[in-house]
Amino acid sequence: MIGLTRQLGRMGIAVCTELGAAGFFLFQSVWRKPRPGKGLHLLAQTLFNSGVLSLPIIIVSGLFIGMVVGLQGFNILDKFSVTSELGQMVALSVVRELGPVVTALLFAGRAGSALTAEIGLMKATEQLSAMEMMGVDPLGRIMLPRLLGGFISMPLLTIIFCAVAIWGGDLIGVKWLGVDAGAFWSNMQASVNFHLDVVNGLLKSAVFGVVITWMAVYQGASCQPTAEGISHATTRTVVYSSLMVLGLDFVLTAMMMGGW
Amino acid sequence: MTQKWIETIVGFFILLAILGLLMLAFQVSDLTTYQGNHSYAVTAQFDNIGDLKVRAPITVAGVKVGQVTGINLDPKTYRATVTLRFNETADYIPLDSAASIVTAGLLGSNYISLTPGFDEQFLKNGDKITETHSALMLEQMIGQLLFSVNKDKKEGSDDKTS
Repeated sequence: MIGLTRQLGRMGIAVCTELGAAGFFLFQSVWRKPRPGKGLHLLAQTLFNSGVLSLPIIIVSGLFIGMVVGLQGFNILDKFSVTSELGQMVALSVVRELGPVVTALLFAGRAGSALTAEIGLMKATEQLSAMEMMGVDPLGRIMLPRLLGGFISMPLLTIIFCAVAIWGGDLIGVKWLGVDAGAFWSNMQASVNFHLDVVNGLLKSAVFGVVITWMAVYQGASCQPTAEGISHATTRTVVYSSLMVLGLDFVLTAMMMGGW
Repeated sequence: MTQKWIETIVGFFILLAILGLLMLAFQVSDLTTYQGNHSYAVTAQFDNIGDLKVRAPITVAGVKVGQVTGINLDPKTYRATVTLRFNETADYIPLDSAASIVTAGLLGSNYISLTPGFDEQFLKNGDKITETHSALMLEQMIGQLLFSVNKDKKEGSDDKTS
């Protein structure tokens, strides 16, 4: 009995230590004197790696999710013969929920895992230690641009995802199934509120971007510097950040619906 | 891949995202309709607003001229105070116009239909529409219909017996 309690206590302390270390890591990497104009080429490189290289998967899945929502929605709405509301259904479900969450999950799988593996390998081959020996701060040189790149590219990817998904819904609903184009767009415009729906969706995606990138970079920097350690860290990044995204999505939606 | 090339592609990425945001703002959520500084709001009090929701359209002769931006209960009169915000282009609504809540189709959502009056003066910010017609409740109408049908029947049978 005592042994079990002790185990629980040890686990609790370990979780708290890990959280504290992760928070301290984020603070140390991000909270530094801004040097305007310096290091922009590093930021461009990470924006390219985690943003631009994620574009194909984001665009393709956005298109298909928009088309599927259009098709499913049409079948349901057709029963009540209100297919003119299809635009509203596609736009609201994509902008509020599917856009931020699916983009975050794809981003965790595509960019998060790559970040962890990259930094983990740097650690395993002692590149980080070598940098420190040369007097270059690895937190500022390696971690900060990667964190900022993730923070910036996630909302941008979400915007692109939403736009493509709504276009996909239009493609299926209007072009293929013959919903009236005017009703499709005007019902959408009448029901989507820029501040309540679009901005809140982007707020969500910004939070997801911070969580995923933070998780990925921290896991990479704190992994066991072995081949096995890197693989574990990469798995943990994807699993934990997916769970965090889904959990946080519920909390954020509840807060936004409840008006804080 | 050279640095210049990478920066160009990242620039295109950001540009694409900005275009997407513009599409979400104007094509999807129609940000332009009531954001103008010259749009104006008036209030109207209704006995019963039925199923009217915020953001419901306001129409004159079926043409949309604005939307509902607020619904509150007046604590003194126990009537519903509805805030109507008109587009800045629709600045020619007569002061004595009548507002009525109507339903689009049999099961559609409610919206506000304005019947223009004949006043020379136009509505401006902060004005109040005095002549209002409440929402027609389908249940009440059916109830009244049944009641009057029953009454007719009774009167008819009374006529026969007398």
